[in-house]
Amino acid sequence: MDKMPKWADVVLIPLISVVLALLVSGLVVAIIGESPLRAMQIMVRGAFGSAYGWGYTLYYATNFIFTGLAVAVAFHARLFNIGGEGQAALGGLGVAVILLAVDWPHWSLALAAAMGFAMLFAAAWAALPAYLQAKRGSHIVITTIMFNYIASALLVYLLVNVFRVEGSMSPESARFAENTHLPGGGDFAGFLGFSATTPLNISIFLALIACVLVWLLIWRTRLGYEIRAFGQSETAAVYAGINPFKIIMITMLISGALAGMMAINVVMGEAERLVLDFTEGAGFVGIAVALMGRSHPVGVVLAALLFGALYQGGAELQFEMPAISREMIVVIQALVILFTGALDNMVRMPVQKLFLALKRRRDHAARPTPEA
Amino acid sequence: MDFLTILQILDSTVRLATPLLLACLAGLWSERAGIFDIGLEGKMLVAAFFAAAIAYTSGSVWVGLLAGIAASMVLALLHGLASITFRGNQLISGVAINFLAAGLAVVIAQTWFAQGGRTPQLSSDARFANIELPGAATRIRDIAQQGPLGQTYSELISGHSILVYLALACVPLTWWVLYRTRFGLRLRAVGENPAAVDTAGVSVVGLRFAAVLIAGVLCGIAGAYLSTALSSGFVKDMSAGRGFIALAALIFAKWRPWYALSACLLFGFFDAVGNRYQNIQLGEFIVPVQFMQALPYILVVIVLAGLVGKAIPPRAGGEPYVKER
Repeated sequence: MDKMPKWADVVLIPLISVVLALLVSGLVVAIIGESPLRAMQIMVRGAFGSAYGWGYTLYYATNFIFTGLAVAVAFHARLFNIGGEGQAALGGLGVAVILLAVDWPHWSLALAAAMGFAMLFAAAWAALPAYLQAKRGSHIVITTIMFNYIASALLVYLLVNVFRVEGSMSPESARFAENTHLPGGGDFAGFLGFSATTPLNISIFLALIACVLVWLLIWRTRLGYEIRAFGQSETAAVYAGINPFKIIMITMLISGALAGMMAINVVMGEAERLVLDFTEGAGFVGIAVALMGRSHPVGVVLAALLFGALYQGGAELQFEMPAISREMIVVIQALVILFTGALDNMVRMPVQKLFLALKRRRDHAARPTPEA
Repeated sequence: MDFLTILQILDSTVRLATPLLLACLAGLWSERAGIFDIGLEGKMLVAAFFAAAIAYTSGSVWVGLLAGIAASMVLALLHGLASITFRGNQLISGVAINFLAAGLAVVIAQTWFAQGGRTPQLSSDARFANIELPGAATRIRDIAQQGPLGQTYSELISGHSILVYLALACVPLTWWVLYRTRFGLRLRAVGENPAAVDTAGVSVVGLRFAAVLIAGVLCGIAGAYLSTALSSGFVKDMSAGRGFIALAALIFAKWRPWYALSACLLFGFFDAVGNRYQNIQLGEFIVPVQFMQALPYILVVIVLAGLVGKAIPPRAGGEPYVKER
């Protein structure tokens, strides 16, 4: 079968899938008895209508870029890392450990150390599932799900028994010292109208740098080539001398480290202390973001921005339309995963047929008639 | 610890193991036919909501049960459509179904009842009552005066909702259908070698859809049990990871029905002990409650690591079947 043009594969099909997901979401809103158009309007205004809205949208998007990249990198080696949630939680633990243990003179030093610890802890949490997949063939989807739950129990235990401040009832750590607070949107982009009321912080630049690094890694290095080759065909990769154990381990360590980086944005940048369930499902949103973004950093940024807007707009929506629960964004997220991931062939097959028919007609017209 | 306390823990073990068992058997049906199902959690949750909501509005718990089963089957069909008809990734489809259920249940609950994403408390008519078997004592004072055998009968065997007995009956039923009927043989074959089944002229698609729908029914009962028997009403995220514990039990049981029962009882026991005792003291050592909660997951990782025998899933699991032309 002839291939479709590349732009159809990379842009058209994801776009159709997302439009379908949004249409079904609109249908759900209509069934609830509210106007989908007005809901959309409120969400867009809430997410992009003010510097305040933008601040939150970009803050959420930062999380989703990290978790989306984490899933995307693993996808290239055909590994499905559902464990972003647990890995990010461990990343938060790493951040809290190093920021509480050391008296940092300046935020930049603290940031470097926190990044190191976030990535180290999160990658370590991804290492065991990776090892079990590589050596024992235990399905990485199952083990990473299990590790999410184990991480959650571990964090509850540590927050209640170790980090909790004496005399406080809430399971959270002490606040980090003033010196470790990251510059916020008001500090570096105050001229755009951002202020300290939004949680936006310099982590967003780290997220964008991570995108560039992932792009370089996957498409411009030998290791990236090996990861992609392994993802295309394990047997062919082995035949070409690629060590599957090495690829699975390295890919998952990178994936885990990326997921852990979201803790910089939330734990260090926003909460400025370790709180329970700070990931708020961002690890799972990463799955939708990677699927929608076709595992490419540019796609991931765009998808992360869409989901950031959904999260921020969803909060506004609940405020203006109390009949619609904030959980509506979970529904939209599910539909995006469903249409761009699981039902991919439903969109792909008709589009492929269409392009084939167009090509056949073109060939037919181009061929000279035999009588002439 | 006296005998009655042990019985009480075992009694709540059975109660807590029931939804796990139903979901675990659901997973067993689906995965034995070669369809991975990590959407057990979502199907249970959506069934829990619809069972509670319809039981509340209709006043009949049986209508609620049917509604729960129907809702779960709709999601099962969606999973079948994605993973059988359109040959999509079964794991991604399962993830999508879990989120769809978690979101939709709360969104609809908010629209219908406006109580912050929960259903109103169910009255006793809209719940599954506990069945007192003949001759069983019901009051704790009477039970305490019985002998060990009588106590076991009254406390452990009697006094559960009908769904508990139904779930237990599903174990031999599942075993019998899978291992003693033609349908069961074909279903297992489709999970191991679908091409062979296809060559024999039996529909792979039909068998797989049947398995996925049976899983939908079982998850539906599990969800209805959660909201109309174990508690009285639906609250957000009430399945609380049980679908994944069931999945863990399924792997622990290596995809076999009777072992599934023991695995679910074991995990139910952890849950019961964790509910009763916050921290368990073992000599010098204190086992925190969070460890008990994480124990099923830790055990599965140990099983998957191959430390206690190898857990080998059905061979064609997760692979969409493409008919040769």
